[in-house]
Amino acid sequence: MNEQTMTPGERAANLKGMGSSRKRVEDVRFTQGKGNYVDDIKLDGMLFGAFVRSPYAHARVVNVNKEAALAVPGVVAVLTAEDLAPLGLHWMPTLAGDKQMVLADGKVLFQGQEVAYVVAENRYIAADAAELVEVDYEELPVLTDPFEALKSDVVLREDLAGQTEGAHGPRKHHNHIFTWEQGDKDATEAVLGEADVVAEEMVYYHRTHPCPLETCGCVASMDKVTGKLTLYGTFQAPHAIRTVVSLISGLAEHNIRVISPDIGGGFGNKVGAYAGYVCSVVASIVTGQPVKWVENRMENLMSTAFARDYWMQGKIAATKDGKITGLWCHTTADHGGFDACADPTKFPAGFMNICTGSYDIPTAYLAVDGVYTNKAPGGVAYRCSFRVTEAAYFIERMIEVLAIKLNMDAAELRRINFIRKDQFPYQSALGWEYDSGDYHTAWDKALKAVDYEGLRAEQAQRIEDFKAGRTRKLLGVGLTHFTEIVGAGPVKNCDILGLGMFDSCEIRIHPTGSAIARLGTISQGQGHATTFAQIIASEIGLPADDITLEEGDTDTAPYGLGTYGSRSTPVAGAATAMAARKIRAKAQMIAAYLLEVHDDDVEWDVDRFSVKGAPERFKTMKEIAFAAYNQAIPGLEPGLEAVSYYDPPNMTYPFGAYICVMEIDVDTGEWEVRQFYALDDCGTRINPMIIEGQVHGGVTEALAIAMGQEIAYDEMGNVKTGTLMDFFLPTAWETPNYTTDHTVTPSPHHPIGAKGVGESPNVGGVPAFSNAVHDAFRPFGLVQSHMPHDHWRIWKIANGLGMHG
Amino acid sequence: MIPAGFEYHRPGDIASAIGILQEHGDEARVIAGGHSLIPMMKLRMAEMGHLVDLQAIDELKGVEVGADTVKLGSMVTQHELITHDGLATAIPLIREAALQIADPQVRYMGTVGGNVANGDPGNDMPGLMQCLNATFELSGPDGNRSVAARDFYEAAYFTARGDEEILTRISIPVPGSGVRQAYEKQKRKIGDYATAAAAVMVGNGTASVAMTNLADTPVWSVSASSALAGGDVEGCVSEMLDAIDPVADNRGPVEFKKHVAAVMLRRAIDRAQSRAG
Repeated sequence: MNEQTMTPGERAANLKGMGSSRKRVEDVRFTQGKGNYVDDIKLDGMLFGAFVRSPYAHARVVNVNKEAALAVPGVVAVLTAEDLAPLGLHWMPTLAGDKQMVLADGKVLFQGQEVAYVVAENRYIAADAAELVEVDYEELPVLTDPFEALKSDVVLREDLAGQTEGAHGPRKHHNHIFTWEQGDKDATEAVLGEADVVAEEMVYYHRTHPCPLETCGCVASMDKVTGKLTLYGTFQAPHAIRTVVSLISGLAEHNIRVISPDIGGGFGNKVGAYAGYVCSVVASIVTGQPVKWVENRMENLMSTAFARDYWMQGKIAATKDGKITGLWCHTTADHGGFDACADPTKFPAGFMNICTGSYDIPTAYLAVDGVYTNKAPGGVAYRCSFRVTEAAYFIERMIEVLAIKLNMDAAELRRINFIRKDQFPYQSALGWEYDSGDYHTAWDKALKAVDYEGLRAEQAQRIEDFKAGRTRKLLGVGLTHFTEIVGAGPVKNCDILGLGMFDSCEIRIHPTGSAIARLGTISQGQGHATTFAQIIASEIGLPADDITLEEGDTDTAPYGLGTYGSRSTPVAGAATAMAARKIRAKAQMIAAYLLEVHDDDVEWDVDRFSVKGAPERFKTMKEIAFAAYNQAIPGLEPGLEAVSYYDPPNMTYPFGAYICVMEIDVDTGEWEVRQFYALDDCGTRINPMIIEGQVHGGVTEALAIAMGQEIAYDEMGNVKTGTLMDFFLPTAWETPNYTTDHTVTPSPHHPIGAKGVGESPNVGGVPAFSNAVHDAFRPFGLVQSHMPHDHWRIWKIANGLGMHG
Repeated sequence: MIPAGFEYHRPGDIASAIGILQEHGDEARVIAGGHSLIPMMKLRMAEMGHLVDLQAIDELKGVEVGADTVKLGSMVTQHELITHDGLATAIPLIREAALQIADPQVRYMGTVGGNVANGDPGNDMPGLMQCLNATFELSGPDGNRSVAARDFYEAAYFTARGDEEILTRISIPVPGSGVRQAYEKQKRKIGDYATAAAAVMVGNGTASVAMTNLADTPVWSVSASSALAGGDVEGCVSEMLDAIDPVADNRGPVEFKKHVAAVMLRRAIDRAQSRAG
């Protein structure tokens, strides 16, 4: 085929642009063991760091004796808070406006907290020496319950004693962090007072952990000759890390190069800054040698950022016909020992105010109280946008609770309350402007796909069989319609540490018509090198296979806020399209010059500009690229490249309809997912295969969270789930089959209409699984039971309902 | 997750292995597949100066299926137990239980000897061996001796094996035709220890039932077995519930475990009895 005879469709297909299920280019190296992760980085003279961690959840650190550790051959240094204090680095700022100890400064506030940092010639010596650091502790009373913490005389944060004002307003108690209020309290209370029906329930979303396969780590390398610090690490936001390192270390930002190499999953766990990064940087500056720190699995689960831990007290008001009139929510948020949530600055509870969900709820009120306890800090968005999974779980449980109260079918209750297609853009009672949606179409498609009526008939028969003693298994149908809010975000209201949450892309076209693009984001498995090349391919008509993507090196990539909260496609994806359009605009001028016509007399045609009305006269992008480098074109600079910094005008609002069909054994609490249907609407679909993979992965993490995964503490603050024996990470064995489906409702404000999808399956999946468990027991009187729904908790439901005779 | 330092030994015969154990006393431990010991070492809950690897000892390998007795070398892996057709014909219960242990990767390394000798109450094979009335052959400085599986377990991680003895072989009587078998295990996920597991043999007027991870040793109950031999299923369950002594852990509280124990036992009995004899 040549360029003259190929149809436009054939030429478009050759580009493997948007809509193509192009295979992931990253997988060539990953499947051959050729990825390059932090722990693969080996530098000359590299030392290793290991932490001494507190076995207690709350204790004074009376004394740290380093002598025995320092006596071990190969030990280079043992750092404590005392050593970091002269540098001002014994504490560091958190992303939430709080500060956090780097190494224990007089006391510890959670089990696993970093107390000392041992630096040695290899990781084995470091581990042995860490055992020999003698720490004298004096145990203090432990607070693991946020409600108790708000009543207790025990002061957790003595450093904040007397401070009645925090980063987010007044503090009501010495263990209180903030109160965040949204919506109209008085109006909502009035609606609740006048409503035909009010359903009230406490919805707890337990503490869990993102648990990426690769734990957190870094290699800090200070070159004393050049004065330049190179910091390799598992960073979801490498540029932000560079700025933070500069701000807290005093090193000039141009002397810091942060590199995120391949990252083995992040899920929010790798957004924040950890003590290991600070200690490694200090150790490298002090020793002049590179220092590597890589945490082990237990350290990752016990000390790095957790997720959720929200106690959500809800009230939902409706007419007797089921039209929802108001929603009230008070959340008690357990933040652990330090407020290290990773949220945009003005949103201390993230986007929890998306908790009106997919429903047209005219009046609503939300208050969130953040509380200190003796648990690990964190509160990150684990495969969801900021606190959106909590919000979605809350509203999707409240809908079910209301359906019970109204004695209504929960699918129908949702249908009559959905925001209608003609209401978009929709202003929610809690302050958001939903960009686009068509919930009824998605819902009807989903119900039809699973034969909802048939499932309810089967369930009715099953209940009859159960009551007659013919079976001991129940059938649950878990419904969810979720609305995500992703793509943080508009600089006007979204920043992290004062850094506006725009993102960026720089594209350079090479003379032979291939290209390199660099972005401010960083893939942790999302497949950016595959999908962003597809956006460029469609926008400028060069094959995706000829476009290299680079991310994660702050010396080469343009500034961006990184990858989390499904923001890469909504923000950096938009920047990519905009940068590509700048290139196409210049290419148009070059083409017009080459074709000897006016700029306005050429038109874009897949991979070329052709003369209007004379399509046989054209210049392909390949030809244009070469001309950009070899022709002196009047009025145009040589070269063909562009950069775009994109500040989105709004968030995007992906949505979906998920249905889970579950079998439950009432005698053992065992469950089996018989069917899981996931319909996602993420707007324009860039790579359907990657979307499907994202949905599979996200629903699997949702399965884990809903059905067993938790960070549990005993009353002494000991972590009970510190290994993968007890922390549920599903394998292929536990993972059900999924059916994926979609509708397409493009975002009206995004350059290509895409909305982001990576986190939707977790947001929608958790309530779908949980609602299936609840639905199975609903006919027997269950209203609410907290996750995780592991065997014994399901058994306890059955036991409590008298099902064990 | 880095263990404390240790010396590694890889003797080629049983006598040399025993010699190393004698030389180093409680500083030394034998290691088979390592799937219990190595995690404990990485957690620094077990530290020993000398690790005696039994992989290179051929005398500890091999499956012999005789007319009346099956002999398993202690270094036979779970994978070999699953894939040995003669064994599956002689005592199908072993394959059925081995398939419930961990995952294929672990089963390539994990051995039957390590599983029974470690005395971990969570392991599946000890209860199974008690159900099957196996005998463990031990070699030590004073020669060889045999201990019945039903007499082997004293408490969690404490067994009748002396510190300088090595479990070399397991002898299992082949159940008569007509004796039907089943293994039922509830677990939270692949790779987990049992919430409760039951091994059942019943037929020809005899029965044997044992349970796993419901006390600090496996539980074989003579009274539960006799009740089942007499056809009294509920009597069997009731006797077994008296014999077990579970503790609360992340799998659930005692009340739940007892309930599940009864369910597993009933299901194992049902399934055994429904099988062609």
